[in-house]
Amino acid sequence: MTMKGKAAICGLGITAMGKVYGKSATQFAIESIDLALKDAGLPKDELDGLLVYMGNSTGGSNDYSSVFIQNQMGLRGLRLFSYMDGMGSTASSMVQYAALAVANGMANYVACVFADAPLRDSKVSAGASFGGGKRPTPPGILGMKLHNGYFGANTWYALAMQRHAHLYGTTSQQLGAIAVSQRQWAMKNPMAQMRSPITVADHQASRFVVEPLHLLDCCLVSNGGVAVIVTTAERARALRPPPAYIWGMGQAHRGDNTRAMPGDFIESPGARSKDTAFRMAGVTVEDVDVAQIYDCYTITVLIALEDYGFCGKGEGGAFVADGKLGPGGSLPTNTGGGELSGYYMRGHTPLSEAVIQARGQGGERQVKDHNVVLVTGNGGWMQHHATLVLSPLAK
Amino acid sequence: MTTQHTQKPIPVPDEASAPFFDGAKHGKLMMQRCKDCGAWHHPVRIYCDDCLSPHLAWQQASGKGEVYNFALMHYVYHPAWANEVPYNLTVVKLEEGPVMETNLVDCKNSDIKIGMPVEVAFVKLSDDVTVPKFRPAKKR
Repeated sequence: MTMKGKAAICGLGITAMGKVYGKSATQFAIESIDLALKDAGLPKDELDGLLVYMGNSTGGSNDYSSVFIQNQMGLRGLRLFSYMDGMGSTASSMVQYAALAVANGMANYVACVFADAPLRDSKVSAGASFGGGKRPTPPGILGMKLHNGYFGANTWYALAMQRHAHLYGTTSQQLGAIAVSQRQWAMKNPMAQMRSPITVADHQASRFVVEPLHLLDCCLVSNGGVAVIVTTAERARALRPPPAYIWGMGQAHRGDNTRAMPGDFIESPGARSKDTAFRMAGVTVEDVDVAQIYDCYTITVLIALEDYGFCGKGEGGAFVADGKLGPGGSLPTNTGGGELSGYYMRGHTPLSEAVIQARGQGGERQVKDHNVVLVTGNGGWMQHHATLVLSPLAK
Repeated sequence: MTTQHTQKPIPVPDEASAPFFDGAKHGKLMMQRCKDCGAWHHPVRIYCDDCLSPHLAWQQASGKGEVYNFALMHYVYHPAWANEVPYNLTVVKLEEGPVMETNLVDCKNSDIKIGMPVEVAFVKLSDDVTVPKFRPAKKR
C-alpha cells in the first residue's frame, strides 16, 4: 500500500505575524487552530487529533503546552495527541504521522500546530530573543562551551558557510542572491515581515552576526502561530478548500557528530529523506514545480538544494547566483519570502506556503505550474530532516 | 552593572566530567576511550557510539590537532564578551578523532586558517577550574 494521495491538508490557519504583542505562544497556537478549522469549515468537535510543537518562548514547559491547548479549546474527543520536537523538521514530520493516522482510521482530522512569542514590546533586540546569553551555566563540559562563547544557532551555520567556502569557493555574494530572491517574493506577500527591496550590495553591507554570516543571511524572529489540519483524501474532497494532497513523505535524522566525519558542516541528511519521499511520490527533482526549502539561513537553502540533487555538492553557489530561485526564475523557491523575509515559524513557514501554492491561493506570488510542491524541514544544526511532496492533484 | 553579568560563566565540573577538569588542572587533556573498540570520545558520554560498550576509561590525549573549522563572533550575546568581539569560535579536530568546540589563543583572527596545526593550551579560570584551549602548534 502506498500512502501517495491517501491523505491531504484540508485546513490552514495563519495568525498575524511578526511584531504582534500581547499574546502568549499558546494563545497564538489556539488562534491558529481556530483559523484552520474555520478555513476547513469544520466545527471544533470534529477535531480528533492534536500534534503540538512550540518555540523557545514557552521556556521549559513545552511538554505541557499540548495539554494546555487541549483543555483551553475543550478538545474532549481526541484520538491522537502528542507534543513533538525535531526542531525545524517537526512540521513536516507532524504531517506525516497525522497522515499515517488518518489513512489507518486512527483519527479523522488532525491539527498540527506551531506557535511562538519570543518578541516583547521593548528595546530587547530580536537577536537577543534567541541564543541563550542569559541562560544558567550547564554543568560539566557543556559549561565550557558556554565559557568559550558559543551562543545560538548562528555559530553553527556560520561554520557551515565557512567550510563550504573553504571546500568549494562559495562566496558570500552567492548567498546574498538567495536573500535577494526571497525578498523579491516577500514583496509580493502581504503577510511578510520584510517587504523593502534589497540588493546583493545591501546583503554585503549588512553587519556580521557571526562572520562569515551577515545579518541578511539570517532568519527573522516572529510572534505568531500556524496550524494545518490533515485528513483523508476523501474527507478533504468534501470540504470547501481545495485539498493539498500528500504525495510523498520522508525523514532522516543523523544526530550529532562528535568525531570528524565526511560531510561535516556542509551536508544535511536531506538526501536520504528526499529518497524516501520522492520514491513514494513517484517524482524526481526535475518534476518539482515549486520548492519551499527550510531557510533558517541562506546557507541552509544552498546545502539543501545540493543534497536534494538540484545541483551537485559544491555547485550551489553558482546554481543560485543567477536568481533562479526568485520570481520568474526556473525554480521558484520560498515564494512567501521564507523564514528570511516572510515569517519565522520554523517548519511551519515552508509548510504553510506550500499549502497556499498547492491550492493556487498565492495571489500576486502564485506560481503558475504548481502540481509538485516540495516542502523541506531542517532541524538543529542539520541533525534532523523531513520532506513532504504536496500536490493539488489526487495522484 | 553587576559583576555577575560582566564575568564569563565559569564551567562547573560535575561527577561525570571531574576527570576532564582534574586533568586540565594538571596540564593534561583527558578524554574517554572505549575499552572494547578503542574509539576516543569527547564530550563525556555513557556509551561508545561505535560499539555501544559502556566500558569507557579516561586516558590522556595528545593535545594535538588541526583547525577543522572556525567562525568569528561579532554579536554580543553576553556583556562579558563586549570588549572581545569579534572573537574566534574554532572547531579543532584532534589527532584521536573527536572534535572540540574551543577558542584559539595567541593567534590573531586574521591568521586562523582551516587545516593549521594546533596544540592544547591550558587557561586557569579560578583555583578550581582550568580549561583547555588551543594555540598554533610550535614548529616541530
